[in-house]
Amino acid sequence: MLYRALSGDFPRSVVLSVVLLAILVGLAFAPFLFPGTRSLETAARICIFIALVASYDLMLGYGGIVSFAHTVFFGIGAYGVALATANLGRGFDALLIGSLTGAVVAAVLALLVALFSLRVRAIFFAMITLAVASAVAVLVSQLSSITGGEDGLNLLIPRELTPAVKFAEERFLGVRLNGKLLNYYLVFFGSLALFLVLLRVVNSPFGRVLQAIRENDFRAEAIGYRVVIYRTVATCIAAVVASLAGSLFAIWLRYVGPDTTLSLEIMIDILLMVVIGGMGTMYGAVIGATLFVIAQNYLQNLMGAASEMTAAVPLLPHLLNPDRWLLWLGVLFVLSVYFFPTGVVGRLRGRA
Amino acid sequence: MTAAPDHTPTMERLTLAQQIEPWIPALLVPALIVLGFIAIPAQSSWLTLTVSGLAMGMMIFIMASGLTVVFGLMDVINFGHGAFVSVGAFVGVTVLLLLPQLTGAPSLLANLLALVLAIAGAVVATALMGWGFERVIVMPVYGAHLKQILVTMGGLIIAEQLILVIWGPDEIFLTRPETLKGAVTFMGAAIEKYRLVAVAFGLVLFAAMIWVLRSTRIGLIVRAGVENGEMVEALGYRLRVVFVLVFVAGSALAGLGGVMWALYQEVVTAHMGQEILILVFIVVIIGGLGSVEGCFIGALLVGLLQNYVAFLEPKLALVSNIGLMMIILLWRPQGMMPVVKAK
Repeated sequence: MLYRALSGDFPRSVVLSVVLLAILVGLAFAPFLFPGTRSLETAARICIFIALVASYDLMLGYGGIVSFAHTVFFGIGAYGVALATANLGRGFDALLIGSLTGAVVAAVLALLVALFSLRVRAIFFAMITLAVASAVAVLVSQLSSITGGEDGLNLLIPRELTPAVKFAEERFLGVRLNGKLLNYYLVFFGSLALFLVLLRVVNSPFGRVLQAIRENDFRAEAIGYRVVIYRTVATCIAAVVASLAGSLFAIWLRYVGPDTTLSLEIMIDILLMVVIGGMGTMYGAVIGATLFVIAQNYLQNLMGAASEMTAAVPLLPHLLNPDRWLLWLGVLFVLSVYFFPTGVVGRLRGRA
Repeated sequence: MTAAPDHTPTMERLTLAQQIEPWIPALLVPALIVLGFIAIPAQSSWLTLTVSGLAMGMMIFIMASGLTVVFGLMDVINFGHGAFVSVGAFVGVTVLLLLPQLTGAPSLLANLLALVLAIAGAVVATALMGWGFERVIVMPVYGAHLKQILVTMGGLIIAEQLILVIWGPDEIFLTRPETLKGAVTFMGAAIEKYRLVAVAFGLVLFAAMIWVLRSTRIGLIVRAGVENGEMVEALGYRLRVVFVLVFVAGSALAGLGGVMWALYQEVVTAHMGQEILILVFIVVIIGGLGSVEGCFIGALLVGLLQNYVAFLEPKLALVSNIGLMMIILLWRPQGMMPVVKAK
């Protein structure tokens, strides 16, 4: 059962297993273990980013494709749901139709981008996707009649997913059993399913070929695998998963806007999460997303305290300013590319 | 024994189409200007847009030229190039703000002196930064594209954050030096003086760059290195040293472009490098990696198209450049004038 669920790809390290289990339990019982709105927001964000980062890892870590357009697919899913609810009204059918339409659009767009630019070298692909991503972000923020522009769109989600609906009068373990809880579990199980599907994909024969292509595409081609086709399919799968993660994100936030889904900042966040967690390991996405989102939400408090403590020293307080948390993650990012390219997961596995 | 067959080779003249072919990229620029003339109803606005398009193109060229040569020479792509633009702009603006008596004076000489000082400051700062960047960020990852993209992106993040640490989180507004403010009227079109200066400066710089590449020894080595690096090394030149030099020069040019861009926009933000980087990439791609001439033509095309489209249909400005890139890549998948062939 467990073997089937994880597709035979176990963490292969005691420490890693313990950490992953802790994250899984923490996320599964987040509303009960960490009561409060802020921690629930953090937990949901972690879930969604695990799925999103894992889908990016399929491209970067397994396929060796550097794309900066992953946020575009994320955004397509999010806007798909938003537009569907805007046109079809409140209801689960609107959410479903929106997510599926978003996924199909993302797959088609990924196919187009891949066929157009995967034939060229990795560097070209990276530069072209960066340009395309920024163009999409600009376009979305300017077509305000459809997308709401910079302000974004608010979603009308079914009442069953909002705090307004209570399923039971009394509290269970001190937690209100309301729609918000149901929404969280939708996000949790949705992300878990997406993650397990990706784990299945990378441990299939298809995933092996993809890794072979990453290691030596010339040789893989010579053995008889059509490199372009494998890379294209990988891009499409990653796009679909990213789009579904985007749909979950939109449903959870009940809002979409260019800043939350399409900006280059989100793309850089994803990149940092993949690399710090460990490229080409899938579990790296779990570690990376968890570390990063927690750092994003809580490191700032710590840095604020450190900044006050060092107020007497010149320059140091500025470096430790809470707004500069990205600086330190950037340094960590560069160091991890140099010294442990397989990230935290690779490190832990190497020791075991 | 049979007689040798008649052998009278006929030399055919190149057809007109074949003669024109190498010049097609260069002809695209006037073609686009003519197209703009047809599409834009008012002549005066067409003239204004053309000049500002050319000015913008020149500035993008200055920023992009370093990137393309660096790639041609060592197969290194620097996603951190935008950081040099930002740093150059911030240093230049700081220098200008320190010299209010020079920039505020209504004398051209004093203004130009301030500008030269600002540019010198920016160039020195970004050259030093380029040297450090090459050492720390780029050198350990030669030959590994994936890591290069990731690490230089990391460098961009760090540099951007450091700018915020040093100069604070607010954008800085500035005004141009006194004599460069305002516009001249020519044939009913108002043309900002600064744009004319930018065009002239860009042309001079392009000519100087071509002169260095075509007529000096170091230029010869650089061009040969782009063409076939191994052979140049076999002949006894240490390409690595040349590369560091080119990298530093490219960074300094990006910083110079940054100062000019800051004066054009009259505001600097830490994000500006990242935003321009996208235009720079488009230019480098359509020009053909490694080609300075292609980069020049590409930059002018992008600048002109951006301005024309922004006038005709403001929402499509950036998208139009992506469209241009797609069309050119469909026509020539390696860019207009690819130099790097073997790698």
